[in-house]
Amino acid sequence: MKIGVVTFPGTLDDRDAARAVRLAGGEAVSLWHADTNLHKVDAVVLPGGFSYGDYLRCGAIAAQAPVMESIIKAAKGGLPVLGICNGFQVLVESHLLPGGLIRNEHQHFICRDQKLIVESNTTAWTNQFELNQEITIPLKNGEGGYIATDETLKRLEGEGLITFRYKEVNPNGSMNDIAGLRNERGNVVGLMPHPEHAVEAGFGPDTTVAMRSGVDGLKFFTSVINSLVNA
Amino acid sequence: MPKIIVEVMPKEVLLDPAGKSVNNALHRKGHKDISAVRIGKRIELHFDREITDKDLAEAREIGEGFLSNGVIEDVVKISSEN
Repeated sequence: MKIGVVTFPGTLDDRDAARAVRLAGGEAVSLWHADTNLHKVDAVVLPGGFSYGDYLRCGAIAAQAPVMESIIKAAKGGLPVLGICNGFQVLVESHLLPGGLIRNEHQHFICRDQKLIVESNTTAWTNQFELNQEITIPLKNGEGGYIATDETLKRLEGEGLITFRYKEVNPNGSMNDIAGLRNERGNVVGLMPHPEHAVEAGFGPDTTVAMRSGVDGLKFFTSVINSLVNA
Repeated sequence: MPKIIVEVMPKEVLLDPAGKSVNNALHRKGHKDISAVRIGKRIELHFDREITDKDLAEAREIGEGFLSNGVIEDVVKISSEN
């Protein structure tokens, strides 16, 4: 199962994402921002970072990159795409997901192990979770405040498109505690927290069992492999 | 609402990385006739009363002393709307 991981100028977490893919049993394929060729991958991860220095708006220039032309087209045809943090911002700027992300309400960069509720487990990237399962994965962003018009929020709530909601702490002022979204079809998912940083014991968030033992992020990647096997 | 508008631009001689990145993206999208992009800031100072000449003079001082850094930026325009 080949899963592409895109590198834009300024991407930071591409290697962690590729490692997460491998730990889940997939083959990670590096995709380059300037190359429209998706090298026959079965799914794509847009990793975190600060593509193009966050110039203009976070994700705005990356959304115009040659590789995104192919990804947008393929996503509309059903290719599973996961956008993490800056990748979520790219998905929003590409109009694959609605709304926008603005500077955190408290004006500070935030880095913490974040509790989330999985509110949709029928997507390509969340099918290995229980519905309303609580998971903990790291969050690290400066501009993660989710905003949308009242009309869009109503549609997201009404159609069950809110995939992850912050639990206990809303870390950035996101409307309706939104941490992540899906599209109608469920192949495109974007979220601010970083599942690729919680995939191997010893390097993840603390749990009640042991320090740094949290691996809740791994299920994002086993989910997409599962969805591809069963496709 | 009465306001003074201060416009700040990076100095002509300096590289504007944000502008250059946007220009590159526009060229990729086929807008080849755009030869350069430079990105500055528009800063609005709002008032609850009518704006006077003294306010405009103060705005220039604020603009040059605080809202911009004269080493790398220029205040290119100060205007008001009453």
